[in-house]
Amino acid sequence: MQFPILSVIVFTPMVAAMLILLIKPERKNGIRVMALAAASFALLLSLWVYFTYDKTAAGYQFVEKYNWMPMLGISLQFGVDGMSAPLVLLTGVVMFTGVLISWGLDDRPREFFAFLFILASGVFGVFASLDLFMLFFFYEIAVFPMYLLIAIWGWIKTREYAAMKLTLYLFIGSVVSLIGVLAMYWQSGLHTFDMLALEQAAFSPAFQKLWFPFVFFGFAVLGGIFPFHNWSPDGHVAAPTAVSMFHAGVLMKLGAFAALRVGIMLLPEGAKSWSWLIMGLALVNIVYGAFIAMVQTDFKYVIGFSSVSHMGLVMMGFSTLTRVGLTGAGVQMFSHGVMTALFFAAVGMVYDRAHTRDIPKLGGMVKPLPLVAVAFIIGGLVSMGMPGLSGFVAEFPIFMGIWQVRPLVAIIAAISIVITACYILLVIRRVFFGNMPAEFEGHIGPITVQDKVALVFLCVIMISLGLFPSLMVPWVQTGVQHLLSLLGGV
Amino acid sequence: MTAFVPSNILAILPEILLLVLGLLVLILDPFWKDESRRLNLGWLTAGGLFAILAVSLAVARPGAEPALVFGGMLRDDWLGFAFKMFFLFGAAITALFMMDVEHVGRRAEAYFLLLAAALGMSLMASAADLVMLYLAIETTSIPLYILAGFLTGDERSTESGFKYMLFGALTSAVLLYGFSLIYGFSGHTGIYELAATFPTFSLLALGTIFLILVGLSFKVSLFPFHFWAPDVYEGAPTPVAGFLSTASKAAGFAVVLRLFMAAFPSLAANWSLILAVLATLTMTVGNLIALTQKNIKRLLAYSSIAHAGYAMIGVVAFSQLGAASTVFYLIAYILTNLAAFGIVTAFGRVAGSDDMKAYYGLSRRAPTLALMMMVAFLSLAGMPPFGGFVAKVFVFAAAIEQGWVWLAVVGVLNSIIGLYYYLTVLKYVYLYRMEGEDEEKHPIPLSRPYAIALTVLTIGIILVGVLFSPWFSLATGAAMNLF
Amino acid sequence: MNFLSSHLLTLILFFPVLAALAILFLPKDEVKVIRWTALIASLVPFGLSVLVWMRFDSSAAGFQFVEQYPWYEAIHSTFHVGVDGLSLTMVLLTTLLTPLSILASFSIKERVKAYMILFLLLETGMLGVFLALDLLIFFVFWEIGLVPMYFLINQWGSEKGERTLWKGIKMQARNYASLKFMIYTMAGSLGLLLAIQMLGVLFQTYDLPSLYQKWNALEGTLMGLPVATVKAIAFWAFVVAFAIKVPVWPFHTWLPDAHTEAPTAGSMILAGVLLKLGAYGFLRLVLPLYPVESQRFAGALAFLAVMAIVFGAFASYGQTDFKRLVAYSSVNHMGFVLLGIAAAAKVGLNNPDLALNLSKNIALNGAVLQMFNHGLSAAGMFFLVGVIYERTHTRNLNDFGGLFPLVPIYGGILLFTSMASLGLPGLNGFVSEFLVVRGSWPILTIYTAIAMLGLLFTGAYILKGVKQVLHGPLNEHWAHGEHRLTEINTREIIVMAPLMVLILVIGIWPAWILEVINKAVVMLF
Repeated sequence: MQFPILSVIVFTPMVAAMLILLIKPERKNGIRVMALAAASFALLLSLWVYFTYDKTAAGYQFVEKYNWMPMLGISLQFGVDGMSAPLVLLTGVVMFTGVLISWGLDDRPREFFAFLFILASGVFGVFASLDLFMLFFFYEIAVFPMYLLIAIWGWIKTREYAAMKLTLYLFIGSVVSLIGVLAMYWQSGLHTFDMLALEQAAFSPAFQKLWFPFVFFGFAVLGGIFPFHNWSPDGHVAAPTAVSMFHAGVLMKLGAFAALRVGIMLLPEGAKSWSWLIMGLALVNIVYGAFIAMVQTDFKYVIGFSSVSHMGLVMMGFSTLTRVGLTGAGVQMFSHGVMTALFFAAVGMVYDRAHTRDIPKLGGMVKPLPLVAVAFIIGGLVSMGMPGLSGFVAEFPIFMGIWQVRPLVAIIAAISIVITACYILLVIRRVFFGNMPAEFEGHIGPITVQDKVALVFLCVIMISLGLFPSLMVPWVQTGVQHLLSLLGGV
Repeated sequence: MTAFVPSNILAILPEILLLVLGLLVLILDPFWKDESRRLNLGWLTAGGLFAILAVSLAVARPGAEPALVFGGMLRDDWLGFAFKMFFLFGAAITALFMMDVEHVGRRAEAYFLLLAAALGMSLMASAADLVMLYLAIETTSIPLYILAGFLTGDERSTESGFKYMLFGALTSAVLLYGFSLIYGFSGHTGIYELAATFPTFSLLALGTIFLILVGLSFKVSLFPFHFWAPDVYEGAPTPVAGFLSTASKAAGFAVVLRLFMAAFPSLAANWSLILAVLATLTMTVGNLIALTQKNIKRLLAYSSIAHAGYAMIGVVAFSQLGAASTVFYLIAYILTNLAAFGIVTAFGRVAGSDDMKAYYGLSRRAPTLALMMMVAFLSLAGMPPFGGFVAKVFVFAAAIEQGWVWLAVVGVLNSIIGLYYYLTVLKYVYLYRMEGEDEEKHPIPLSRPYAIALTVLTIGIILVGVLFSPWFSLATGAAMNLF
Repeated sequence: MNFLSSHLLTLILFFPVLAALAILFLPKDEVKVIRWTALIASLVPFGLSVLVWMRFDSSAAGFQFVEQYPWYEAIHSTFHVGVDGLSLTMVLLTTLLTPLSILASFSIKERVKAYMILFLLLETGMLGVFLALDLLIFFVFWEIGLVPMYFLINQWGSEKGERTLWKGIKMQARNYASLKFMIYTMAGSLGLLLAIQMLGVLFQTYDLPSLYQKWNALEGTLMGLPVATVKAIAFWAFVVAFAIKVPVWPFHTWLPDAHTEAPTAGSMILAGVLLKLGAYGFLRLVLPLYPVESQRFAGALAFLAVMAIVFGAFASYGQTDFKRLVAYSSVNHMGFVLLGIAAAAKVGLNNPDLALNLSKNIALNGAVLQMFNHGLSAAGMFFLVGVIYERTHTRNLNDFGGLFPLVPIYGGILLFTSMASLGLPGLNGFVSEFLVVRGSWPILTIYTAIAMLGLLFTGAYILKGVKQVLHGPLNEHWAHGEHRLTEINTREIIVMAPLMVLILVIGIWPAWILEVINKAVVMLF
């Protein structure tokens, strides 16, 4: 029997969390080292899974199936295809860099890393799950740690409010989709939650049309789709840095991915009937998100709204239901994940030293924090879709996909590119360049080695993917191929 | 009339052993010195109960086919057996919790009453005859009335005992009237014979069901007979409240399942609608009022009321999955609620307060206790990987299978409300600080019985949430035996 | 050696990046090492492009030194590079101006490492545009070139100067200039991006040679509109993007600010090469892809070109800031490029009239040569402005006066370069401008006539500029004491020397370059 690599990836963080909880709270460094070890292990395994995925064979690989409850057809089934393998990798990357960035956390690191890892397990589980019940199980596991992480370690001013709002919103979204999932389970008559079987279930078009919105929009709440995006900016801002990285970098992809996996792949006819609505809402995300980002004065809110805008691109890619659009969306999930993790890491580093995120009050940060500035600039270029970086590789096919379906939408969405350029450049200039206000002189200490490693790692990923799209696009393509076959060969 | 067969003794082995244990407690009590009394009593009871559990599992399991025994008074089937095990477990844990409560832990009477109530519940679960059922209900209730008012020095406890008794007496009188009407209509008291004699809908039949529902709603704390619960739980000694909210409720559900599914299947369309409406109201009222609570025992009381509503959804979905999911829900719920009340007990006896404000900074005072509280409360909220999540999903699945989609939606919405106040409590525990912020100096020590009990419960909650297959098989086995 | 000769273009393109990477690892305090590394590294692409030039077969049709590698297969884009006469000329210009600009940048003292890295990355961006034979690669490098320029202006631009925006918000001049440059160009390229996407979607390829055929063969309706309408819209999308870059009036307003605020070497490259990207876009993409629309709208283009020539000249004349004067002169000179292109467009493809065809070719030759020439002379002019600015810290023409006796060598060089800019026969400017005028006259007579007016004023502003700096009464301020003007030094002369040599050689004997250009132009359109 082959090594159950996916189970190991999924459960490593959970096991690590339990082990961490057994360490005495005073041994902070021991806790951190253990966390880093677990994160590195998971990262290595996810790299292994990614690069040994056989693109010619395509389909679901590394499949493991354990009967969990045969009576109701629930099995613990894992597997990755071309769409989920990059996301598993993304989670590994964000987990690893998140631990590095959180090295300096001093208030109860034991509980922090434990909860963070429970979250990570949930996320891995969703990406790797091929059983609908288990997918939902892991999805929910990824919700409640957010509450504790934000409420306890977040920004004092808004953490309670943001944490509660986020948790309730996400919970609502997930239970809405639960209803849809249960309806699918019963309707299929197959008495199984096995997604591979459900893919072939052939639900009636009427059924699909009715239930698709429940399932898709329930999950898409976590993806930040307008008008259910409201939890996201506040959640981003209130969360501590590593949690923001996870939140924007991975969690939002969780929602989009689940919407894709459960909504589009299992209810393709429903997807086709409702794609116009998704496209419309995604367009609002893209343009509105960009405009709102432009008027923010809090550094982190700019990034938060920019996330809303970029997730709109992912949803837009989904809504085109074309090969290129879906490919772009798949790459965008990864590219944006890395980029936004980088952004929040950089913002966190500035905030930890300047103790303010108010843009008018900041300035001249490039001198004490040169690497942070460069990293942020690279991230900014990615978010603008600058060719040569991963953002372009992701956004360009999405636009091509939109062209195939509704050219006018492509033109409107393209406006967001310019707006993004505007606010990114302005933020970069005001925070990093210009004159440093007097109160910061001499108070901005350098970043630690762990911070540097994290930043460089993330930058290298974005640049490599930008220069060599073949590092990810072929994978995503195989996944898209399967998707298209389910959609009936669009 | 079924003849008496010696092997039938096995059917009531748990009850016999309970009686023996109870007598043992009473007899041995005077021989022990005061200081060691609580230890000995507690360990004896708990240990004895676990022993009974083990023995019953070993030898007293029901056969492949359910059988009526003792002249049709009892039914030896998996439904009854499963519930008996739950009660034994619940009582054992409660005994452990009772050990360190002032004025309760040292009194042998408390343990005896506990055992008596457990005996009554066991009989309730396997009763196959209306008369037996009524007897069993009373056997359960009376010890519980006394236990609720056990703290004679405390006004609230006395009030709670009294209130419980009054309410209980009233509703059981109504229940008895309902039973007598059934006998009048059908000429039988045997539950399994009733199904044939209630074939058609009639206003009278419905009325009878209403009356029965009054009595059972009280037991299960279903709207509108839930009013007693918050006051009783608040006043009673906390472990007793825990026992009431779990085992007693479960016993009520066992009766509901048997009566409604086995005795009145033909009227299913009607009573399921009624139950659905009641469940909705129960959940909603329970959750909404819980939002306003400042006392944690009252909060848990309203939360328990709401959970009764959730569990009832499975009954409404009149199907095998529905019954199984209700039983499974009860398994998860018993574990979770006992844990919650246990934590409140452990905390209350050190901090001396049940006010939610007292819980500020608990995570720094007792990190492990806080984690257990997190597990319990998140399970109550229905979050994985804890039992409450799986239980809720199954209950909703059963509802949707039978077409009760609106009910599932209501359940879902209520879960959201529930999540809010459970998270708020966790917020107090993890985020807020004590006044003076010197939590290090105010730890919450756990005595051995508490540590053991809470650990077992916490592991149980996680186990049921993760490896739920065997538990669900048990539940399904119980459900199948219903009919 | 085989690797070298089979991958020449890729080497030329990416060597600057490798050099930038190497510099990244140099310690930032070793300023001298960094400078010289950058300079020597930038000479390598120059050497290689000379090699390509020598090996280029100007009699052969089509693109040479072609390389194609798979890149982004999912959207059918390959890394496809190649040169013909047109692009080779531009490549040569770029690889020539870069080392000279780097040499000119030796006077930069702050954050030299970052500066050099950005400069080298800029070079790759520009080269990529010229070498690309895949539309997506073209766009990629087009955008890539923006970022280093933005930072160069922003960080190393002139420190003085402030602009007041709305609501009284003040912004540093260089910030304003760089932001305007970036946003303007990006907004312009938005239309380009959309049009490229559309093309990619339609034909499932971005390969330029195949697109030329397929796009022109397209008929019928497209997305519910007749092909002609769609093509017209796409045409203008392309035109706007490139017009902003050239820059064509009225899209030129970013240029004076950007040029003025940029550091000297930045202006050299900006005027010398970046503007040519726009014109190149016209020649490589607009004309071959939209021959019909180009013909239809040639009049409009010519109008804009003439406006650029005339208004650019007038604007130049009115400046008191030396650098701004030169900036507007770029508008003026690039107008000629566009005029030549417009003339060629007007004639159109497959025009039976031989005489018109001849004129068309002449006009195009002139346009391309003007691109090269202006690159040389503009770079030279900006450098010379920089030379004097470094010494006097002012660019105000009124502050100067009669400096000739103080700095005779500088004066001589300035005169020489100005004459080239003015179009003095014997120097390169004359050849290209003459060709453009000769080519356009039969085709767009009225426009050409008005352009001549512009030419008149070109002379006016050049002479005015020169006069105010060099001639007239000596401004005593610079004659004595600490402000005493120092002569142009050796390094600066070395920067100017190759430019001057080329200016002279092309002026006297343009055949060596015109041959290469001509062949390309003839086959282009």
